[in-house]
Amino acid sequence: MNTVFKNETFRDDFTYRNTPQAIQRFPLPFPEDSYMYSVNIEPHLPGPRGSVTEFAFDVDEHYVAECRERAIVLATEPLRYQALPHMLSSQWDCLELIMDSLARDYPAHFSLSKQGNRWHWVNRPLQIDQQFTFGDTSTLPRQPLDYITRQAQGDFVVMDQREGDLWTEAGMVTTQADWSLDFDVGMTFKEWHGPVPLAHELQVFDRALKFLLNLRLGQPVRRLNWTMTVNPRLDTSPENYPHWGTDRASVTPQNAGDRVHLRVELQGLWRLPRSNAIVFGIRCYLISLRELSTVPKWARRVHRVLKELHPALVDYKGLTRYRDAAVAWLAPFDDGSPTTPGTAPE
Amino acid sequence: MNDAQTITVQVVGIEQVTPLIKHFKLAPVAGGSLPVFSGGSHIIVVMQRTDRVHKNPYSLLSSPSQLDAYEIGVRRMEESRGGSHFMHDAVKVGSRLEIAHPVNLFALDKIARKHVLIAGGIGITPFLAQLEDLHDGSVPYELHYSVRSAEHAAFLERLRRREGDKIHMYYDDAGLTIPYQELLAAQPLGTHVYVCGPAGMIKHVIGTAQTWGWPDSHIHWEQFSAPPVGDAFEVFLARSKVSVHVPPDQSLLESIEAAGVEVPYLCRGGVCGFCHTKVLELDGELVHNDHFLSEAEKAKGKSIMPCVSRAQGKRLVLDL
Repeated sequence: MNTVFKNETFRDDFTYRNTPQAIQRFPLPFPEDSYMYSVNIEPHLPGPRGSVTEFAFDVDEHYVAECRERAIVLATEPLRYQALPHMLSSQWDCLELIMDSLARDYPAHFSLSKQGNRWHWVNRPLQIDQQFTFGDTSTLPRQPLDYITRQAQGDFVVMDQREGDLWTEAGMVTTQADWSLDFDVGMTFKEWHGPVPLAHELQVFDRALKFLLNLRLGQPVRRLNWTMTVNPRLDTSPENYPHWGTDRASVTPQNAGDRVHLRVELQGLWRLPRSNAIVFGIRCYLISLRELSTVPKWARRVHRVLKELHPALVDYKGLTRYRDAAVAWLAPFDDGSPTTPGTAPE
Repeated sequence: MNDAQTITVQVVGIEQVTPLIKHFKLAPVAGGSLPVFSGGSHIIVVMQRTDRVHKNPYSLLSSPSQLDAYEIGVRRMEESRGGSHFMHDAVKVGSRLEIAHPVNLFALDKIARKHVLIAGGIGITPFLAQLEDLHDGSVPYELHYSVRSAEHAAFLERLRRREGDKIHMYYDDAGLTIPYQELLAAQPLGTHVYVCGPAGMIKHVIGTAQTWGWPDSHIHWEQFSAPPVGDAFEVFLARSKVSVHVPPDQSLLESIEAAGVEVPYLCRGGVCGFCHTKVLELDGELVHNDHFLSEAEKAKGKSIMPCVSRAQGKRLVLDL
């Protein structure tokens, strides 16, 4: 891996862009020309070389910029990170999972050495060199989950398992699609997912919960979820709605190609060994419609998905104001010819 | 899930700790460390006999921080279908076994303000590992351990050494029984009770706790049923289009697996619900031995847990 980490922003001047290589590996969430919920969970097994699922945690060209963006958010809103007191062992579990994975999968960027509980962690892209005692919070500058997720892309939520349910009781959430850890902390699995339309009636959460309660150690799973965001903004939080909500009114059929972004979440779920908790990783990928349109099959497919999307999902995903503009911008790319099955570029 | 990822272990120690219980130490053949686990976890041990395969769940009793070897306790079951006898008679130091990654269906509640642990006989094993997680002393706990007589008190020395006066012992032959009423009638708010032991003990603890108004969420129990011996019967697997004979001393799940059809499972002891299977046709009756289905679901006869349950009658068709 000789990734060049880009210097870019997710706010103000929005300099975030994808290189052609990043576009080719973008995780399109639509295997066909229409979309409805499903329990689309699959084993989190290593995907093809170079794909976003090649490793447990994908580190890409946006790594350094995303870590910097997270620090900006936390500087003014520290409650984006929270952990209830009984979640400490799960915090160490998460730190171990992320450090072990990054050091194993990206040896050019990260290294970890262990002498019993004496650990030495080196993060070269962020220029961090940390010696600490595993299990002793006083030897780290921050709590373990706070410490390690400041060095990871994507959000993390840790769920304790008890009473036949999963409780959202720790997390680092700064790149979210309009939901708030501060509001949801302490909730059960179905309470947390309460606002999602249609899925409850389809019993999606009954089945997902039953599945996750039996999630096994060493057998992580993943799924893709998606929404859309105006401008490449990672932090679309309810806390900051005044800063981004009005962006939706700025979209026109002329500027939609650059303003409107498909926002895809690669969600991974791991059983944690010491705590028996589950960590839920939500890694966000952004791609503008213009970048997307460089892949003809994807332009046709996304055009069709957006055009036919169920009204309740248009509303829930916050697309009401600009869906038509996005569809209009994509229309010239759709000549009506069929798309090949699956999500590969062609 | 199936055995995509088993770990090959070698038996590195066997000790007869009571007349009925053997203590096994299992170390990874590949060297290095076994996976970290949490107190209350069990593993499935795969026993390759010449004529059949047994897959039995055993609680891990070793410390969750001891990863060079896992420890389990195996009680010789009088009416064994062969699994516990195989472990007692055929497995020697140096024998190799396959195990699955640990699964925890009996975890300590992390927001409990006090833990009351009640063990009967071999039911002590999951608590031995859980106690390791309680040693930081942040939450009060007590252990009540009931055995037939002193010679049946497995792992008592280990417990006394580590727990001191937190253990309360009860010997049947001395007429001592756990004072369930007293124990469960007067616990501080936020206490959780955990019981592992014979079916009668579990039922009694649950019943007594409910009588005293304990919420179900604060009552925890685990009992792995060995698949009981029963009459032979035939089963037809509709999707696989295979007819399978289930002999008296083999479980429905084992028979289906032996016919080459995979069924997702976790605990193989009637607890987790993972092997839940739809019954499509039935001429006869189901013999439910699991702890997962509700009484109403059992009465309906529309589903079965093939790990421990069986059928009696002429015809059974499953959605497999």
